[in-house]
Amino acid sequence: MSECCCGEKDIYLPELATITRMQHMNETELFLHLELDSGKELGHMPGQFVEVSVAGIGEAPISNTSSPTKSGFDLVVRKIGRVTNAIHAMKEGDKLGIRGPLGHGYPLEDMKGKDLVFICGGIGLVPQRSLINYVLDKPEDFGKVAILFGAASFEQRLYQDQLARWAQNDKVQLLETIDKPHPEWSGNVGVVTTIMNQIDIDLANAISLICGPPIMYKFVIMSLEQANVSNENIFVNLERRMKCGVGKCGHCQINHHYACQSGPVFRYSDLSDIPEAI
Amino acid sequence: MSIKKISKEELSQLVSTLIASGDRVEGVQAKDDKFAFGPLTSADDLRLDYDVTLLSPRKYVLPPVESLMTFEVGGRYQSEYDTEKLTLIGVHPYDMIALNQIDQVFSQDEVDNHYTTRRKNMTLIACDVVTPSENVFASSMGTATVSEGYDILLTDIGDAYVADAPTEKGQALLCNAADATAEDLAKRQAVQERNQSDLNRHPLNCKIEDLPQLLEKAYDHPVWEEKAASCFSCGSCNQVCPTCYCFNVQDDVSWDLKSGTRSRAWDGCLLENFANVAGDHNFRKKRNDRFRHRLYRKGKYVPEKLGIGTACVGCGRCITACVPGIANPVDIYNTLLNDIKL
Ligand SMILES: Cc1cc2nc3c(=O)[nH]c(=O)nc-3n(C[C@H](O)[C@H](O)[C@H](O)COP(=O)(O)OP(=O)(O)OC[C@H]3O[C@@H](n4cnc5c(N)ncnc54)[C@H](O)[C@@H]3O)c2cc1C
Ligand code: SF4
Ligand code: SF4
Ligand code: FES
Repeated sequence: MSECCCGEKDIYLPELATITRMQHMNETELFLHLELDSGKELGHMPGQFVEVSVAGIGEAPISNTSSPTKSGFDLVVRKIGRVTNAIHAMKEGDKLGIRGPLGHGYPLEDMKGKDLVFICGGIGLVPQRSLINYVLDKPEDFGKVAILFGAASFEQRLYQDQLARWAQNDKVQLLETIDKPHPEWSGNVGVVTTIMNQIDIDLANAISLICGPPIMYKFVIMSLEQANVSNENIFVNLERRMKCGVGKCGHCQINHHYACQSGPVFRYSDLSDIPEAI
Repeated sequence: MSIKKISKEELSQLVSTLIASGDRVEGVQAKDDKFAFGPLTSADDLRLDYDVTLLSPRKYVLPPVESLMTFEVGGRYQSEYDTEKLTLIGVHPYDMIALNQIDQVFSQDEVDNHYTTRRKNMTLIACDVVTPSENVFASSMGTATVSEGYDILLTDIGDAYVADAPTEKGQALLCNAADATAEDLAKRQAVQERNQSDLNRHPLNCKIEDLPQLLEKAYDHPVWEEKAASCFSCGSCNQVCPTCYCFNVQDDVSWDLKSGTRSRAWDGCLLENFANVAGDHNFRKKRNDRFRHRLYRKGKYVPEKLGIGTACVGCGRCITACVPGIANPVDIYNTLLNDIKL
């Protein structure tokens, strides 16, 4: 019962990767650095994801958060259910199954020379980081960068060290907000749209990239449209339930689009007549 | 090879020989007052005069639960393939067309070699419909007859079958059969022409090619809300459908907690949690969103993905299976046609 008759690769079979570094970022988010046991690089592009397997529990789609300009790859996993709880219980040296890279990432060619505005809600910062670091590693290829980050609470501000490093970069304007006030917080309070008017970049000529909880997209896109940003210049990173990651299981469909194949990154103008998208 | 003719006794002998060989042979048999595909132990049990089977033959290419790999807890995954040889007898044209569609899904883009391995080990004997079922509308969907995908197609012409074997596997089984005469072929054509018009208990009031355009304009039509108001979200319409192929993946661990199996199992887009993600967000929370999604998959999304006419092959099983009586695709398309100008 074990031979495939056609010699083709098993698209569902994970390969092993070792956790070489891990760090609990806060109560719910865990940072992992992984290396494939084969010694090869994953070969991902910013915006792509992997299916992470814990044998005996299952798989979860997780975004690549590191730029392919670095060796190995980083993931950030939010503890929310069976697979993600199991990952949180692991330690350095443990092994995870990996399938990927999967999906369609950011179209880098179309962004060359442009100013980029990253609008991130909560864990939506995680996939965007793969592109932010890529762009900052190749400063000659891109224009200025604005990073807007909204967290639900003071404790849920992710990547504080990383944000501080970005803030020191001359090319970067960092704007942060939290939804609820906190005694130690003197910055902006309110949802991410309340800091969009502080962006120094000319929005109408820039590329805007949105990733966050499902509810966020509609409001951010409304604000961008008010700022005369055309739908061609907006990219959204959409989460859907994913089982196979390769266009077979049907779970990730957004009307006729398969988020695992034509996404998770979509150009918004390709979705404007897709009612299930936003 | 030319088209053959075999007598009913010869077919019976052929089936007996296949069963005696020890290979797995499955075919249509009576089950109470209905019919179902199941393991054949005697050629006498085969009923090629059936109307429709309860479940479609999709269960042979995509079993309800299927192991994809085994693993050791903590690492090492090993692919599993089903390489058992299987002869499947009695697939109706609409179901054959459904299998052809699923073949296309699993071999397009990234090939699913679990599927293709199983499929390559199958010999498929199809047969033209003798008795129309109570809800069939294959004539409306262009699926009353079939021209590819099978190893043998049998057409009952009264005292014998005309047998068309386009593949080597099929020809090997028919090597002793005589050629069909012009008269036999004329009888076969008459059966097929009759089916092309008579398998039509629910006539569709437009051409199949018009469906995507119709659905393009129907997204906000009240019919979705009206029908879905009595939907139980039971998923029976998905379960019985020969063209539904969505699946879930799950891990099971052995009693010693050291190893286990990852398998896939049928899933259905009508079930409430189908589009749920973490944070308890459901992208198709409302019943009418799920109800509409199935009809759009059949009439628009899958046809566009595969470049085919329609992903509803008109078997009528969902009509029979749906307790509140709302799943009939033709009923919905015809309602839309009353209100929407193409
Ligand atoms: C393209 C993509 C990128 C993602 N990137 C990240 C990331 O970088 N970091 C991160 O922490 N999370 C990410 N997620 C979300 C992550 O996949 C889910 O949180 C995870 O699958 C939950 O698995 P679980 O077994 O822990 O939860 P479960 O025990 O399965 O269930 C908990 C909740 O998760 C939902 N869920 C179950 N399976 C899936 C699934 N396959 N996809 C989405 N939701 C599911 C359930 O409906 C339930 O509400 C991403 C999702 C997608 C689609
Ligand atoms: S939608 Fe209904 S009638 Fe059409 S193929 Fe599926 S079960 Fe048969
Ligand atoms: S349409 Fe009918 S068969 Fe389908 S889920 Fe609803 S009640 Fe069940
Ligand atoms: S995740 Fe299975 S089809 Fe996209």
